[in-house]
Amino acid sequence: MNPVAKNRLAKSMNLRRRLIERGIEGLLLFAALVSVFTTLAIVAILLWESVVFFEHVPIWDFLTDTQWTPLFDDAHFGIMSLLAGTLTTTLVALLVAIPLGTVLAIYLSEFAPFRLREIAKPFLELLGGIPTIIYGYFALLFVTPLLQQIFPELPGFNMLSAGLVMGIMIVPYISSLSEDAMRAVPMHMREGSYAMGATRLQTALFVVTPAAMSGLASSYILGISRAVGETMVVAIAAGMQPNLTFNPAEPAATITAYIVQVALGDLPHGSVGYQTIFAAGLTLMLMTLLFNILGHVLRKRFREAY
Amino acid sequence: MSAKTRDLPAVLQLEETRRIIARHKAWDRAFGVLGLVALIGALLVFATLLGEMLKNGAAHLSYDFFTSFPSRRAANAGILSAWVGTTLVMLVTALVAVPLGVGAGIYLEEYAAKNLLTDIIEINVTNLAGVPSIIYGLLALGLFVYQFGLGQSIAAAGLTLALLILPVVIVATREAIRTIPQIIREAAYACGATKWQMVSHHILPYSLPGIMTGVIIGLARAIGETAPIITIGALTFIAFLPQSPFQSEAPFLNVEWLSAPFTVMPIQMFNWVSRPEADFQANAAAAGLVLLVMTLTMNAVAIWIRYHFRKRIKW
Repeated sequence: MNPVAKNRLAKSMNLRRRLIERGIEGLLLFAALVSVFTTLAIVAILLWESVVFFEHVPIWDFLTDTQWTPLFDDAHFGIMSLLAGTLTTTLVALLVAIPLGTVLAIYLSEFAPFRLREIAKPFLELLGGIPTIIYGYFALLFVTPLLQQIFPELPGFNMLSAGLVMGIMIVPYISSLSEDAMRAVPMHMREGSYAMGATRLQTALFVVTPAAMSGLASSYILGISRAVGETMVVAIAAGMQPNLTFNPAEPAATITAYIVQVALGDLPHGSVGYQTIFAAGLTLMLMTLLFNILGHVLRKRFREAY
Repeated sequence: MSAKTRDLPAVLQLEETRRIIARHKAWDRAFGVLGLVALIGALLVFATLLGEMLKNGAAHLSYDFFTSFPSRRAANAGILSAWVGTTLVMLVTALVAVPLGVGAGIYLEEYAAKNLLTDIIEINVTNLAGVPSIIYGLLALGLFVYQFGLGQSIAAAGLTLALLILPVVIVATREAIRTIPQIIREAAYACGATKWQMVSHHILPYSLPGIMTGVIIGLARAIGETAPIITIGALTFIAFLPQSPFQSEAPFLNVEWLSAPFTVMPIQMFNWVSRPEADFQANAAAAGLVLLVMTLTMNAVAIWIRYHFRKRIKW
């Protein structure tokens, strides 16, 4: 091959190579953009269907009506009854998950021997991986009968047992994230505290915990988001009857349970009943968004740099 | 030492100090016990959950349970259509989520410039991880089922779950890639490798264990997801199997199963839990047991891969 042809060949190979490189980069960029498309699609679908819904139902009724009976002849669309159920179960869950998760995190990060921690962490991760439907079964068929032995008047569906089980379900998330945050606190801060004569507990509570506060706060926020969006446990154990109450001993539907209930029936596509679940979903989405923003603010507020 | 202690004579001061130290040490021990009790409590809850499932469901676990369709008679009912459905849905989920998730992870770590678009993608991935799963169900109902006309099919369910676990795969890929030292990339470039050669010959193989861990954890989560599948309106009583993806004559693969109606394990379990008869609830326990074994095995494999390779690879 003469030098000119060789040169030309090399050039064309170079060009081909560059084209392949660019093509691959484009494909990878597309893969990364899929997540952006997903978000856009979620927002678009929820807004689109909700706009149609709010053409039928004034937004004021949606926010102030105290009844949620969209499938009855005398239809009412008061999201408050569903919100009450969501907030009550979430609150019960957090009352279990935050203290238990924090104690576990402090224990694993500051007290537990190395060996125990190496076993306990994967075990807690396993607990976090159990499907929620199994927790739902557990709540309805084990925890509720157990609670009924203590409180005989407790109905078969109630927010208390759903909330308690949901709390247990969230503990691994909170303990794992909080522990990571506490482990990230530099050792010299602990050593400084010990040098002043502080005990382990004092160091953990007054030095490590405040320093890891931004991480703890975000783990709590994640726990709240989980609880608000949790579906199967409440749909199985708390009943599906909308009920404007904050009493955990009563049955009530949450936003998520309502969506499940509608999806189980067969509502025609495009009916007002079909659109209610998108309005409910939009409310849920706005709530999680609110908590995420709150979490962001808290993280900024408590962030400590070393 | 408080002001009160300082006024005491020296001997008593020492006594008082000792008492304070003893008290603080007692608190220390008390918290140690509290933490251990909390840990054992978590273990007990898990043991109870497993025990309860075993007690109610173990008797129903037989060969017939795996090879029978659901039935109106609890004793004859089985999970054949459910586990076949779960397998096929997971196949779609993995085929979609793995290339997209790994590709996105590689892009963000190796290709992305520091600009607004990259920031948007990154924030977006973080936020998506926090979106409740039922919202994905609504997305799928509006988009896949009606806009794309996929109906209540295996394809719709698989795509939904793929989007749901995408953030898990992306984050795992990025973390795995981040542990690879810069010198590896420089060595590849020094040998004249292009960027993609560097990525495909070095970055991908070295980060494979981390990526595998993420994929398995993501799939384990997808297997147990119930809410999004219910939301797209999947039927609960399916007494037939979709067509097999494989066939004996060319081209050996067919895609008809993608559009078949289906049921999956958690839906089958939900269907049985919500019935009042004790016999069906025992079936639910048996199905739950199978589901539990599936997810726990997958998670255990993922944890094992992570620990095994973390020990072996030293840069």
